[in-house]
Amino acid sequence: MEATVTTANSEEKTWGGGNEPMGASYGKLMMWFFIVSDALTFSGFLAAYGFSRFKFIETWPLADEVFTHFPFMHGVSAPMYYVALMTFILIFSSVTMVLAVDAGHQMKKNKVVIYMFLTIIGGLIFVGSQAWEWKNFIKGEYGAIETKGGSLLQFVDKDGNRVALAEFAATLPEEREQLTRSKGKWFMDEPSLPSYSVAEVQAGFKAHPELLIRTEVITKEKKKTILSREESELRLSQAHYVVEGANLKRNEYGSKLFADFFFFITGFHGFHVFSGVIINIIIFFNVLIGTYEKRKSYEMVEKVGLYWHFVDLVWVFVFTVFYLV
Amino acid sequence: MSHEHVSNIGRIWKVFGILSAVTIVEVYLGILKPDFLFMNDFLSMNLLNWIFYALTIFKAYYIVYAFMHMEGEKSSLRSAVVFPVIFLILYLLFILLTEGDYIYEVFKNSTIKWNF
Repeated sequence: MEATVTTANSEEKTWGGGNEPMGASYGKLMMWFFIVSDALTFSGFLAAYGFSRFKFIETWPLADEVFTHFPFMHGVSAPMYYVALMTFILIFSSVTMVLAVDAGHQMKKNKVVIYMFLTIIGGLIFVGSQAWEWKNFIKGEYGAIETKGGSLLQFVDKDGNRVALAEFAATLPEEREQLTRSKGKWFMDEPSLPSYSVAEVQAGFKAHPELLIRTEVITKEKKKTILSREESELRLSQAHYVVEGANLKRNEYGSKLFADFFFFITGFHGFHVFSGVIINIIIFFNVLIGTYEKRKSYEMVEKVGLYWHFVDLVWVFVFTVFYLV
Repeated sequence: MSHEHVSNIGRIWKVFGILSAVTIVEVYLGILKPDFLFMNDFLSMNLLNWIFYALTIFKAYYIVYAFMHMEGEKSSLRSAVVFPVIFLILYLLFILLTEGDYIYEVFKNSTIKWNF
């Protein structure tokens, strides 16, 4: 494909084709422009996250209380280790990608094959890790109560440690059956019911005098406010809804927007990783059957490499904004 | 592909080392949260967060310039890609964060407590 290219910018041939403005081939230049526009899309999302966070700066969830899981370590609070691992996996797949590009420059087909393969594996592990992270986020750990005013109440013991609803909620002799399509008179159903009703949580709270309520408000010490027992009982009397885990409407971690942004931004990034893996697989097979060997240029590998590094670049920012700050 | 095809595997591994080291520092700081950084604010954000953002941009520089091989491109391509992105993002952040803070003040100081 490079055979027809002339970079000499002779006056009479300026519009005749074959020119390479900015010294990059057409495909590479367009990949850069796509990356610029995609970078602006992502920064739009992240800036919107910043907007909402500044708007609710006093009540925003604390990230190191939300993301505390690590595989095979149940009940151990391990903030950030897992995302740090994911970050390493993605950076490493970026390294193998750039090694593939480097091997392509030297026309070493076998090396390109190996490094492309490692890149694809790294991408798949990353997407899988993100799915696991979503699973934990959606499932939740402690549960919470939403009040009529829309604020969220969480439960702690005397030492300020979180207490799950399951540990204290009473069992009342009440039957509340989930309305499903098959039981409805018309096309009626309802979202799945929480494991405990508001009344059960209230009764359980009354029976456990050592429990206190934690509100969303962040104190001067940058911790969540813990109410006294009397205030707790007062706030709990306004309970309206039991929240378990997270969905797009409400989540047990705090501000409703927090889960929305988490799902949207990490989801959009995960979609980029997924499409990057698909494109990498296509190029991988092209390398295998020798397409670029015949072209005498591995520039295609370089172009998908650009996209793959961009996905890594976005993750660096998502990591900072969601998990560190 | 006008640039010469020298292998720079050494540089790739060096950059990988830098990126890993910076990530480890970030995670370490994020878990420890030293009080003198976490409790002191500068421009309504604590010093720890400023450090995180500085390190993130440091990492972004290495990804773009080494891995995406921006350092080997012509300066016209470099400028065409880097400057619009930096300018537009700073502009957007300035507008949205100022506005977000303003709405926070409205919720805090006026009678509107919660409308969406």
